Amino acid sequence: MASIVQWKIGGEAGFGIMTAGAIFSKACSRGGLHVFGYSEYPSLIRGGHNSFQAAVSEEKVGCQVTPVNVLVALNRETVDLHKGELSREAAVIFDPDKTSVDKMPGFKLVPVPFARIATETAGLELMSNNVALGASVAVLDYDIGLLLDVIRDQFKGKGEDVIRKNTESANAGYEYVKKNFPGKFKYKIQRAKSPAKILMTGNEAIGAGAIAAGCKFYSGYPMTPTSGLLHFMASQERKYGLIVKHAEDEISAINMAIGAAHTGARSMTATSGGGFCLMVEGLGLAGMTETPLVIAMGQRAGPSTGLPTWTEQSDLKFVLNASHGEFPRIVLAPGDVEELFYSTVKAFNLAEKYQTPVIIMYDKHIAESHCTVDSIESVEIEEGLKVGENTPGYKRYQFTKTGVSPRAFPGQKGNFFIANSDEHDEKGHSTESAELRKAMVEKRMRKLEHAEIDSCRLHGPKKAPITLIGWGSTKGAIKQAMERLASKGVKANFLQMTCISPFPEKMVSAILKGKRPKLIVENNYSGQLAFVICEHTGIQVSHKLLKFDGRPFYPEEIELEAKKVARK
Amino acid sequence: MKNLDTGIFPTWCPGCGDFAIFSSIKNAIGMMDYPAESYFFTYGIGCHGHMCNFLDVYGFETLHGRPLPVAEGAKLANRDLNVIAVSGDGDSYGEGISHFMHIMRRNIDLTLIVHNNRVYGLTTGQVTPTSQKGFRSKSTPDGTIEQPMNPISTAILGGATFVARGFAGDPAHLSSLIVEGVKHKGFALIDVFQPCVTFNHINTYQWYREKVYKLEGNNTSDRMEALRISMEQDKLPIGIFFREEAKTYEEQVATQVSLSSEPVKTDIKDLIESFR
Repeated sequence: MASIVQWKIGGEAGFGIMTAGAIFSKACSRGGLHVFGYSEYPSLIRGGHNSFQAAVSEEKVGCQVTPVNVLVALNRETVDLHKGELSREAAVIFDPDKTSVDKMPGFKLVPVPFARIATETAGLELMSNNVALGASVAVLDYDIGLLLDVIRDQFKGKGEDVIRKNTESANAGYEYVKKNFPGKFKYKIQRAKSPAKILMTGNEAIGAGAIAAGCKFYSGYPMTPTSGLLHFMASQERKYGLIVKHAEDEISAINMAIGAAHTGARSMTATSGGGFCLMVEGLGLAGMTETPLVIAMGQRAGPSTGLPTWTEQSDLKFVLNASHGEFPRIVLAPGDVEELFYSTVKAFNLAEKYQTPVIIMYDKHIAESHCTVDSIESVEIEEGLKVGENTPGYKRYQFTKTGVSPRAFPGQKGNFFIANSDEHDEKGHSTESAELRKAMVEKRMRKLEHAEIDSCRLHGPKKAPITLIGWGSTKGAIKQAMERLASKGVKANFLQMTCISPFPEKMVSAILKGKRPKLIVENNYSGQLAFVICEHTGIQVSHKLLKFDGRPFYPEEIELEAKKVARK
Repeated sequence: MKNLDTGIFPTWCPGCGDFAIFSSIKNAIGMMDYPAESYFFTYGIGCHGHMCNFLDVYGFETLHGRPLPVAEGAKLANRDLNVIAVSGDGDSYGEGISHFMHIMRRNIDLTLIVHNNRVYGLTTGQVTPTSQKGFRSKSTPDGTIEQPMNPISTAILGGATFVARGFAGDPAHLSSLIVEGVKHKGFALIDVFQPCVTFNHINTYQWYREKVYKLEGNNTSDRMEALRISMEQDKLPIGIFFREEAKTYEEQVATQVSLSSEPVKTDIKDLIESFR
């Protein structure tokens, strides 16, 4: 089992916790280490408690874990809230001038006057974060050079003075700990022999995947947890020749993306559940007009405004059934940052191949967590069927065996047609003919009947006395739980659903047949995937581990439940 | 110019103002030098939307209220298209009002033609945002309590760079307005008084003929004058209220190419390396 060291920083919103966490994570990934960086924050800009925890290991780590080995407390509340998470001999770094911390037997208290050091070295108390980062690296006996490099990159373009103040304050924090607390700490991290790893959030992975897949038009409306994707795409607009439009609302966002896609530009929108509610009519429009469209759906705890900054997987059945009427849709459920990248590329290819909306389901947990990837390979672009100018007798919605009809585009000579939200004939003109209606529904539905989509994966041994089932962001915790179970002699495998529509009935039936216990792990109240599995295969999942408090699963919870189920 | 008729016989009620708007659009296309394939029409839902079946150019019948955002996305992705959104008063001033307000701020180069018949025709006669106060309809049997909105004043205040009004009873004049609107660089609104012979027995051809007059000699570069004229109630001016030259949205975005013709394959090695 991989040995993981976990560092955590906490403080009031506005203290720069997220930036500090991202810098620390990158200092680790630059050293060839794997990182999973997870943040918690309230829906506030100032005040309220923020935290960021980075689980660091030489081996792949796909989720936050317990316990915490080094805690940086930028205020007293951080100690109170997180001391229960600490391992024995965990280090607690805090500013004694600002925060009084009572004696904590069994833990190492590391008083470092962040504010005083920051003011002395940089003339700015604002640099306290950097002091804390430097102190953390010293406590962990890690490489200060890596941290300083990352800080330098972070402030590149802001002038030498800014870079100097930031790096010097970090270095001062490092020196302070080295001088005052030499060689006292149990938990250490070390540079790995492997080269620097890629460190991305889920939102960045989707954005990079979209650009790699040739996405040229992105329209969206800010909504946690997908705003990061909007920001990322906007930041790449100039370099990659995109148009990124922050629309007036989600209705406009999806309709703009449909308009752009209709002209032939690969197009995308993204939102969370609440915004998706507004996009539903547009989803049906894309289905009816056979417009290739990619929608990234980053779930958070609902219904209504819900818990805006917390995770949940409660929109699966909504997305599978959203819109009136029937049309084919593809719903992908990537499980980690790497899968988000490749699934997004796939989503664009599938959307164009089948001329229908493709929805990428993810959630706050992977959207905003930072995770390392060894490498990203070059990707295949598969273009859909298209016609050239002046195609004789061209019919946009021609009846074909596969249901897929080649596309033409406005501006081409001679291929005039209508895309129509009304039921239509092969040219696109409105019709209410019973025969045409029936034929057209069948044509659209036929498109996915024989679609081949890599749709599920069995991790672990082919045969095991217990099978875990999950989709999306629970992958990391489930895989970690499997390792823990294996180390204790409990054999388990894991069915990961990566495409939920069209549903791979045969594959799932084959994997789940038999009477052994099956434990489904979902971040929702009712076990939505369990219902979907039953709907398609008739197989009832025997056990459910459900969580809907806005928090992601920890591997320990899954391990415990799996052991209980296996014993029954 | 190619034949612009699909050959499908229009299904509007005999005498409907939509016939005249349809022929004005075809005349306007004939009066301009752009090839037929350069036009992209979006339509909303309502009687006006049936035009998608009659006009043989590239088109997209969207959802109720959404011809503008689909048109905007298309124009941003392919700036070579002449984009025209055909809509109705319920469509763009009711269901899709937010899109109407925001495109005016953007000044995307497209033309919005609103079939303003002051009644919901396709749903068999209910009050719309432009119905007169007191208008009795199936949804307001005692007469509507609300004031009608004034789309022309709204557009002048909203920052539209071309604001005009036509009348379905004067197709030659309407054709010239459409030509001016399409040639205008930026967002153009052409609101059209369109009698509904079946469900609106107040705002009839006769009623309009007695009220409308053609604007002549007005200072179309003066927003305040345009606003004052747009508020006239006793007589109803038609013609161009306001126009100004301004940069379009698409002239100001970072990417100055037509997205739809760009190669799909994109090398992202640098981008990936930036995450190390």
